[in-house]
Amino acid sequence: QLPGKKDLFIEADLMSPLDRIANVSILKHEVDKLYKVENRPSTSTSDQFCFLVRPRIKTMKYIADIVNADKMAGRSRKYKIIFSPQKVSLAAFSYQLLPSVPNVTCDEWSFYLLPLDDDIISMELPEFFRDYFLEGDHRWINSVARALQLLNSLYGPFSKAYGIGRCAKMSYELWRDLEEESEGDSQGRKPEIGNIFLMDRDTDYVTALCSQVVYEGLVDDTFRIKCGSVDFGPEVTSSDKSIKVLLNSQDKVFSQIRNEHFSSVFGFLSQKSRNLQAQYDRRRGMDIKQMKNFVSQELKGLKQEHRLLSLHIGACESIMKKKTKQDFQEMIKTEHSLLEGFDIRESTSFIEEHIDRQVSPIESLRLMCLLSITENGLIPKDYRSLKTQYLQSYGPEHLLTFHNLKRIGLLTEQSPGETLTAVESKVSKLVTDRAAGKITDAFNSLARKSNFRGISKKLGLIPRVDGEYDLKMPRDMAYVFSGAYVPLSCKIIEQVLERKSWLGLEEVVRLLNGNEFSVTESAVEDSPAWESQRIILAVFLGGCTFSEIAALRFLGKEKGYKFIFLTTAITNSARMLEAMIETKA
Amino acid sequence: LKESKRAVNSLRDIVDDDDDDLEKVSWSGEPVGSISWSIKETASSSASSLEGRDSSLQKGSSSYTAFPKQASSYSLSSLFKGRNRLPSFQSLSDALSDPGVKNYAPELRRPKAEYKDYSSDWSPKDTVRRMQRGKVCSLERFRSLQDKLVLLDEAVAGHDGNVITAVLIFLKRTLRKEILFRELEVRQVALCHLIHFLKETGEQKLLLDLLRFLDRTEEVALSQYREHLNIQDVEKRREFLKGCIGLPFSAEDTAHIQDHYTLLERQIIIEANDRHLETAGQSEIFRKYPRKASILNMPLVTTLFYSCFYHYTEAEGTFSSPSNLKKTFKIPDKQYVLTALAARAKLRAWNDVDALFTTKNWLGYTKKKAPIGFHRVVEILQRNNAPVQVLQDYVRLVEDVETRLNLATKYKCHDVVIDTYRDLKDRIQLAAYRCKVERGSAEEEKIDSILNNT
Repeated sequence: QLPGKKDLFIEADLMSPLDRIANVSILKHEVDKLYKVENRPSTSTSDQFCFLVRPRIKTMKYIADIVNADKMAGRSRKYKIIFSPQKVSLAAFSYQLLPSVPNVTCDEWSFYLLPLDDDIISMELPEFFRDYFLEGDHRWINSVARALQLLNSLYGPFSKAYGIGRCAKMSYELWRDLEEESEGDSQGRKPEIGNIFLMDRDTDYVTALCSQVVYEGLVDDTFRIKCGSVDFGPEVTSSDKSIKVLLNSQDKVFSQIRNEHFSSVFGFLSQKSRNLQAQYDRRRGMDIKQMKNFVSQELKGLKQEHRLLSLHIGACESIMKKKTKQDFQEMIKTEHSLLEGFDIRESTSFIEEHIDRQVSPIESLRLMCLLSITENGLIPKDYRSLKTQYLQSYGPEHLLTFHNLKRIGLLTEQSPGETLTAVESKVSKLVTDRAAGKITDAFNSLARKSNFRGISKKLGLIPRVDGEYDLKMPRDMAYVFSGAYVPLSCKIIEQVLERKSWLGLEEVVRLLNGNEFSVTESAVEDSPAWESQRIILAVFLGGCTFSEIAALRFLGKEKGYKFIFLTTAITNSARMLEAMIETKA
Repeated sequence: LKESKRAVNSLRDIVDDDDDDLEKVSWSGEPVGSISWSIKETASSSASSLEGRDSSLQKGSSSYTAFPKQASSYSLSSLFKGRNRLPSFQSLSDALSDPGVKNYAPELRRPKAEYKDYSSDWSPKDTVRRMQRGKVCSLERFRSLQDKLVLLDEAVAGHDGNVITAVLIFLKRTLRKEILFRELEVRQVALCHLIHFLKETGEQKLLLDLLRFLDRTEEVALSQYREHLNIQDVEKRREFLKGCIGLPFSAEDTAHIQDHYTLLERQIIIEANDRHLETAGQSEIFRKYPRKASILNMPLVTTLFYSCFYHYTEAEGTFSSPSNLKKTFKIPDKQYVLTALAARAKLRAWNDVDALFTTKNWLGYTKKKAPIGFHRVVEILQRNNAPVQVLQDYVRLVEDVETRLNLATKYKCHDVVIDTYRDLKDRIQLAAYRCKVERGSAEEEKIDSILNNT
């Protein structure tokens, strides 16, 4: 609603999500030129500039520069800034940054939810992770609350809400607050989503740090899935072309292998290619009429399947090639030892060598973090020596990365005397969690103890193996990590849903640093429809991985639940750790 | 996997690749007509107006094809049978036209009145609530310190970070620095927001004042050190790093900063020298292996590799020699050997590789020793295509018998395999291995003689 010709500036991060829902012809309505925010237009004759951006200070500066430059040059234009997902106290930002000119107006585009698949909704806010967990900034909580409000108005009230983590609690509270006031249309609606489960990413870093071995996770780790689609390069397509493929349940090949352990994918693909061949072979001995039918009805589908099949086979080959080069076997072995708490010395020297050989800066960090979280921090001697070697191998500026990792609690040093922690836990048992929160802050900024070993024991996260774990016929969620580890985040959800409360999990909750809740909506309690009770909205604040999605899909199949995922973004270990690295302004 | 690939490929000629349902995409792989593509177009066409739009289009469409775009948006309604109302995110155009979803569709022009702060009597709590809902509120009427702090506490209790920041900006403008800092010290959540805001706006001076006030000396140091990332010019960067050495880091980190400075200082010297050598064209090594990139701002290990590659034989006195780097930065043996090995193996300087592991004991006997496992040595040599004669010397040194056998078999070091089986007195395996060596070769003869002699 900015009539007339205009130039449109779009923020880079909004482009992929936009591509999923619109195309240029929709956007280009009366738009003369499209620019990416960051590219300065050299000369533009347009009288109106429209900006579609995330509410960020950096972007505001960019816009302010353009407006100011025009002012200096004596050009007058109209400027419209559309914020997505919401306009945030703009008065505050613009007060400082924008010159007070009357021809700047603001609006918002309430784009909270991007459905990536039948059961995955993403908010496409990867920066949520760093902003909240590292910087302690609550700026996206309102967006989460609004997203919940939106889902609520579409699908009726949730009859039961569970959650764990400070951010989960705050998001829930703010959402309830918004809800009460709006007295929205959801009142009296039949609930379609029975349960909601909110979880902070920092409840479980371990799972996010593990190497993924289910197909979709591996594809994400290897090629990076962006907004539900992936770019397969020439090494996959075995031609000189790159192909962009949408990966979702409509891809008939992918939908059948996405949740499988990588080792069972090969068998499936070869079965599938044999079937395909058989179907083609039916052509022989067909008469004209049958042939006509075949061509008009089946051929197209078969061709499509053929293309998909050869793409996924190519992807598997490429993954195998990359993983063999990286000593994947040895790395997985080390990860499993860390999860189980065996051979810590040996694992430490594996990590050391990994660093010394400059294998990969992110992978080295990942292993160090995994060591730190599973061991409740590195012993000071190891911390110093690994850090020194890391800085020597990958660059001294990573001093800043280490500082960030320490603050967020991903890579910490055990304090020389553990006495402090003993006091800390005793105190936190005695006082309310608000006060405990303050005390913990006083002890050690935002970092928290992970207590992984204790939690793992309590919840039985390391399955006892008698004989070989059959990855083709998984018996529990551990299959997503080759049978070595049940993802903690998913286990918590399983346990709470089973008990319909946190009762009996007190010790686990204490080790997870509390902040759990479970609320039953009184209004809808009387007649919860059976159907809706099986549907659970799993909300991951700070990102969720494809391995977790696969594990919960498995749990759903076993127990008759249907999970829908709402996440601030799809994440994996590399994205999480890259978010900890400082870059130039 | 190979089998399936073959099967699928064999079908290729049946499935003639007609591109009729394929979409055109540009050079970057984005479908033509997608937003990302279109923007790149604007960028490139405005950058070089001479190169016409058409040429880049042609280039793209001829060499790239993409998958047919499947239905580009999903509706959650498919999860629930019997729903027919469209969810709002169905598509941009739907969202704009469907009146049923007006509530959450973009509200593009709001009534003017809403922007005005027509009532100024909002309580702190209401003010915060209004701001949470995206309404503009004037904060000017909160005049006393007491009022301002109540407002801030309400903002924090409301959990909306943007409101907290907005209130903080107001406080920052209207309160004395010392007072603001003092009050934030006991309000951790608000404090985090201000620190983050100052980082983002780049108000470095105020940020440092705040951190100093809070006695967070380490953060003061790191925050200043961080600035070096924004300095492009190496000379200026070096000067800046020199200044960082005196900052209040922990003892351990001070050493790292010192090393950072020294490293860049060395790199500047080495770079100047080597660029000169390279352009002069006198030095054989630079002629044979021209440098791919400058060594400036590279990590220490990369610098060491570079120095082992180009300056291996230099005396310890020169800055560019490996031994000088090793000594200056106290590089552990293990790290040094790994790096030197990789560099010399890349040059196929097998004598240097041998020398790296050869030690003499006091009686003058030589012995091979390595601070890393010999299986690693083998792996690095193999990756650099070392000949079997070189490789087998090291495979032989792998201590663990099983690993040794595996490596020897994998890299066809027949002698090692045969000797190992001989030592294990494993006739069966030895006989089995006989089929793997060439007929009539020296290896076969060797196996036969062992089998006959025992």
